[in-house]
Amino acid sequence: MKFLQNIFDATRPAVTDGKFKALMPMHNALETMMFVPDHNTDNGSHVRDAIDLKRTMVTVIFALMPALLFGLFNAGYQHYKALGLLVDGDLISQFLTLDNALFGAWRLVPMILVTYAAGLGVEMVFAFKNKHAVAEGFLVSGILIPLIMPLDMPLWMIAVSTIFAVLIAKEVFGGTGMNILNIALTARAFAFFAYPSVMSGDKAWVNTTTEAGQSVVDGYSGATALGEMAATGSSSYSAWDAFIGIIPGSIGETSVVMILLGAVLLIVTRIASWKIMLSAVMGALLMGWIFNGLASYMISPEQQVYMAMPFYEHLLYGGFAFGIVFMATDPVSSAHTERGKWIFGFLVGMLSIIIRVFNPAYPEGVMLAILFMNVMAPLIDHYVVAANISRRQKRSTVKAS
Amino acid sequence: MFKTHVVQKGMTLPIMGSPSDLLGTLESTTTFAITPDSYLGLVPKLAVKEGDKVLAGDSILFHKKDDRIRITSPVSGVVTSIVRGAKRRLEHVLIEADAVQAYASFPKGHPANRDEVIERLTASGLWTMLEMRPYGIIANPNDQPKAVFINAMATAPFAPEASITLKGREMDFQSGIKVLSLLASKTVLSIAEDESSTALVGAENVEIHRFQGQHPAGNTSVHIAHVSPLNKGEVVWAIDAQDVAILGQFFRLGEVHLERVITMGGTGFVDPSYVKAMPCMQLTSVMDEALRVDRTYRVISGSVLTGQAVGKDGFLSYNANQLTAIPEGEGTEFFGWVLPNIRKFSKNRTFISWMFPHRKYDLSTKMNGEDRNFVMTGEYDRVFPFDILPNQLLKAMWANDLESMEALGAYEVVEEDFALCEVICTSKQPLQSLVRSALDMLHAEMN
Repeated sequence: MKFLQNIFDATRPAVTDGKFKALMPMHNALETMMFVPDHNTDNGSHVRDAIDLKRTMVTVIFALMPALLFGLFNAGYQHYKALGLLVDGDLISQFLTLDNALFGAWRLVPMILVTYAAGLGVEMVFAFKNKHAVAEGFLVSGILIPLIMPLDMPLWMIAVSTIFAVLIAKEVFGGTGMNILNIALTARAFAFFAYPSVMSGDKAWVNTTTEAGQSVVDGYSGATALGEMAATGSSSYSAWDAFIGIIPGSIGETSVVMILLGAVLLIVTRIASWKIMLSAVMGALLMGWIFNGLASYMISPEQQVYMAMPFYEHLLYGGFAFGIVFMATDPVSSAHTERGKWIFGFLVGMLSIIIRVFNPAYPEGVMLAILFMNVMAPLIDHYVVAANISRRQKRSTVKAS
Repeated sequence: MFKTHVVQKGMTLPIMGSPSDLLGTLESTTTFAITPDSYLGLVPKLAVKEGDKVLAGDSILFHKKDDRIRITSPVSGVVTSIVRGAKRRLEHVLIEADAVQAYASFPKGHPANRDEVIERLTASGLWTMLEMRPYGIIANPNDQPKAVFINAMATAPFAPEASITLKGREMDFQSGIKVLSLLASKTVLSIAEDESSTALVGAENVEIHRFQGQHPAGNTSVHIAHVSPLNKGEVVWAIDAQDVAILGQFFRLGEVHLERVITMGGTGFVDPSYVKAMPCMQLTSVMDEALRVDRTYRVISGSVLTGQAVGKDGFLSYNANQLTAIPEGEGTEFFGWVLPNIRKFSKNRTFISWMFPHRKYDLSTKMNGEDRNFVMTGEYDRVFPFDILPNQLLKAMWANDLESMEALGAYEVVEEDFALCEVICTSKQPLQSLVRSALDMLHAEMN
């Protein structure tokens, strides 16, 4: 590795003083990515924990890997199923094929590359402008964004959504650590409202492009489970399918079991708050249970059927699990106080189910629920902090009297 | 017997190089330095010129704002030079010690009342051993504190055990407590939950509280928070147990004898142990013998969490009760942030090493990353045992928001309470210097 270090050392003068000053953030970002720098502590604590933000972020990426890999297979599987090209055999031999994985990878890899290029490009510009190092926040956002976008989305749309999200949701507020909204969800919300035809409808979530001699199976609908529910109140996919994840949807969101694997890693390493995850699940369960009780009072029969769905099944469909595990737990845009996290998560869970059930135009409730609660998180924190302050003031007045 | 307070949150730093219980001696040195910067809250005014002869206990510096407060010489000798830095800022007053020590004489015997205690302590320079809470600066003799807290509990890495430092000075310790009890209506002695030394558990004229828990359970702020929380406008004075013995000795002999027992800890020392040392002494000759030579080591006057890096030719601080030497970090690490890293210390569980909680590490001064904005939340709470929201308080300090600082509990903490937060911080924020400058600002605004 000595020769890599030598390259960085040799090029450093050019970017610090020379004519390539504009490349300084990039040089620094690349160097610190390859080598943990040899900085030493000053005064204060003379020893430091081995953790840094890069390590934190890369752990989240590891946690995303099961869902990502499963998503690759599922993308291919859903595509070949729509075209009726699945070979005979049991589900496993149909699902775990190289063709499926390659089909998914062929589409996902360019999406990831474009997202990173667009997002990191903006970060570098701001790093240069504000003279700071490139922060690691986008390492995770850059994977999250492709995982929640449709597979067929034109790459330029992804680039535009990403640039919008990084600019408006993050850099405007001061960069990583200062944003009020989750970056990946902002990108998705932007795409959702800017390019609705790409982002919704039956065609959005399964690739049905045909080559010569291929055709979509008669009567095939690419509707997601939530899409079906919004229309008819029930889904043709079983809860078991949804749990395993062999249903249409964005790449990352379908497999609850793979997301759970990631959740376990995040909770064990304490990167993500288990309080938010648990309270969000409780919120969703409570709302589903309330809806069960109210189902018979609804006017439309679809609504009645939808609301009578077993309350725990809400956890399995759509992007709920993915959103709760990877997005609601974003430490910057969620509540910052430990008590606030309980309230934040609970309301995210409740709102997700409310939006999902009552608003057929947005079958995916979790995105709007999290973004809404991102905005409300400072308010929750405000009251938690105020309680701490008033405890202190009370102590002092009791003493004085 | 005594009330035991359990401190739930905290962390024992798993660092190698713990001192043995043996008491060694440090080769005596002849050069001593008074360093005004190390006395927090002091505005120095010189009382001596170069070439002046001084006795141990003679004034070297006055406090400009209250000339009763003075810094006195730890030894008798000659003022050899007055070192100034940029803008004629006073950096050191160097004193070359005599071969045979002579002591300035002060009145002997137990003081009669509070005013006499204050007068005799300020005159001898021993007053600077009393620390004022809030702010963590030299106590103001005009204040009427609600209590004096004596800290005889060591939880910082390599910190000396009071039972060892007080050995042979039990009587002085007890008479020191008696003197201090004249200063406030309440005197508190905090000791570890398993403390058995009779000098401590048998101490009289004092309210004894036991504390159980990992660092920072031994910090005075924690003791105050449990026994008598500081509200706005209230003042507490704090003092270290060994300083109480020094104080007792002063009232017995009428002379200033500052020699104290300190620890030398850390893997940089050939033989980590307890030693007798003089405050303000130059460390050069000592370090030539005691330090290992295989690597570059950082010598720290104080603990690894809160001390000052002094360099091999530096001086022991006036109030340090330990010396630490740990290796300087060297070299870069290829993809160190991705690898599982079984042999790295982290409170965070992204390193496999969390599965080996009893492993100890040869910790170096490596930063292990670059500084970033605050990102993670709930991290500091694990090592911060106060009913204070650390992130919010730190952000208020960051923003120089005095009103919020006050409301969020800035009066109840000093920088050492954030030392562990600083150690485990993912974003590598310089928390202690942030807290120090915020407290200085708060003090300047409020007084």
